[in-house]
Amino acid sequence: MSLDHNIRVLIAKPGLDGHDRGAKVIARALRDAGMEVIYTGLRQTPEMIAEAALQEDVDVVGLSILSGAHLALVPRIREVMNANELSDIPLIVGGIIPDEDKAALQAMGVAGIFGPGTHTDAIAAHIRALVESKQDGA
Amino acid sequence: MTGLVAEVLSGSRRAVARLLTLIENDRPGAADALAALYPHTGRAWIIGVTGAPGTGKSTLVSALAAAYRARGQQVGIIAVDPTSPFTGGAILGDRIRMRDLSGDSGVFIRSMATRGSLGGLARSARDAARVLDAAGFDVVMIETVGAGQNEVDIVRAAYTTLVVEAPGMGDEVQAIKAGILEIADLLILNKADRPGAAQTLRALRTMLELGHPTRSAGAVGHHGAGALRSGSDSAPIDGEMWLPPIVQTVASEGTGIDEVMTVIAQHRVFLSAAGRRARLEGGQIALEVRDRLREALLTRLLRQVSSESIDSMVERIQARQIDPGRAVESLLATVDL
Repeated sequence: MSLDHNIRVLIAKPGLDGHDRGAKVIARALRDAGMEVIYTGLRQTPEMIAEAALQEDVDVVGLSILSGAHLALVPRIREVMNANELSDIPLIVGGIIPDEDKAALQAMGVAGIFGPGTHTDAIAAHIRALVESKQDGA
Repeated sequence: MTGLVAEVLSGSRRAVARLLTLIENDRPGAADALAALYPHTGRAWIIGVTGAPGTGKSTLVSALAAAYRARGQQVGIIAVDPTSPFTGGAILGDRIRMRDLSGDSGVFIRSMATRGSLGGLARSARDAARVLDAAGFDVVMIETVGAGQNEVDIVRAAYTTLVVEAPGMGDEVQAIKAGILEIADLLILNKADRPGAAQTLRALRTMLELGHPTRSAGAVGHHGAGALRSGSDSAPIDGEMWLPPIVQTVASEGTGIDEVMTVIAQHRVFLSAAGRRARLEGGQIALEVRDRLREALLTRLLRQVSSESIDSMVERIQARQIDPGRAVESLLATVDL
């Protein structure tokens, strides 16, 4: 399968925690996997994330959440994105996500959950597969 | 595709974003859409912002965009970052410095990777600016990659080019030899509150006063006689010459932004007179047509040369049976010119 475009990913850090090392590591790894990564910095509101996803026309939005607020942030971000006609853009989540919350996130439509220690190659492969399946389905 | 064009013309941000993606990837329909939009272009003022990495281009663009918004103008921004030559990937981080603009529907920011193009711009940055122009943005700012001395493609796309410097970014000799300074319609000494600002300002002034070639009005890539800078209190114009002024800013605090706005407005008035803008644009279009023609011809001709024949020629060259020059001649002989 070959893609008809360069994969573009928005890496966003919603919420108030101030640690973006993980997000930067992921951004760099995805760049090294040949993707174009839009990185927007810390403390992004759901509205800012949706706006950036729209303007940048990204294939996937990756959220880095370490604060424990994922069950509050993720549905809000999904909601704002959907309201902006971005329901076709998959969300993936990285960070500290307890196992018992994973099913809830998946039920919200999260298309991938990556905890600490996930190999970055696996994340890149997952994103590629998401984009390919979307292209083939389109 | 006509639907997409109509949506772009009506200012749909989603449509603008999608069309930019099609153009960047050279997808079917992109060329038709651009052709349909072209008659609607030429209204936006295109501002180029270039300078070395770390001089504060993104912060300056953000501050200028806010200033234009305060004047009721719609602002489109194209921020270019480099593609890694090794992986083809890129980290596009200019939005980090533009977060003050978020939540404003009168601003549209698009990050672009260079995707192998040299010269400081993405290949499709010019067409992207046209899309934003057609979509009704009054001002389109194109921020180049952190540029050094040769990345001067921006003058082929912008009407007003800002070159951003910062204290301690290079000594006097750098300032004198740097080709990028020659393209400035306005030199901005950003971070002017930092130590070393006075020395950098002196170096920049000396450079201008040494009669460093400055771009004459309406001529792309053509340099007029040297010019002295004027004071920033009067219009930086001497007869037919635009004299690039130096403006000191602290973009992160908004200091000096009003003065930059004033000089851009003066430059716009200057270009609008005496057919200067038409000459500038004519020169830009001529260069673009030649570039595109060259690229199209190259693609078409290269398609006639099989990679096998190139490979076998490489072997012969390496075996010292033929030299590279003769090898190319013999390959060319197989091409239908």
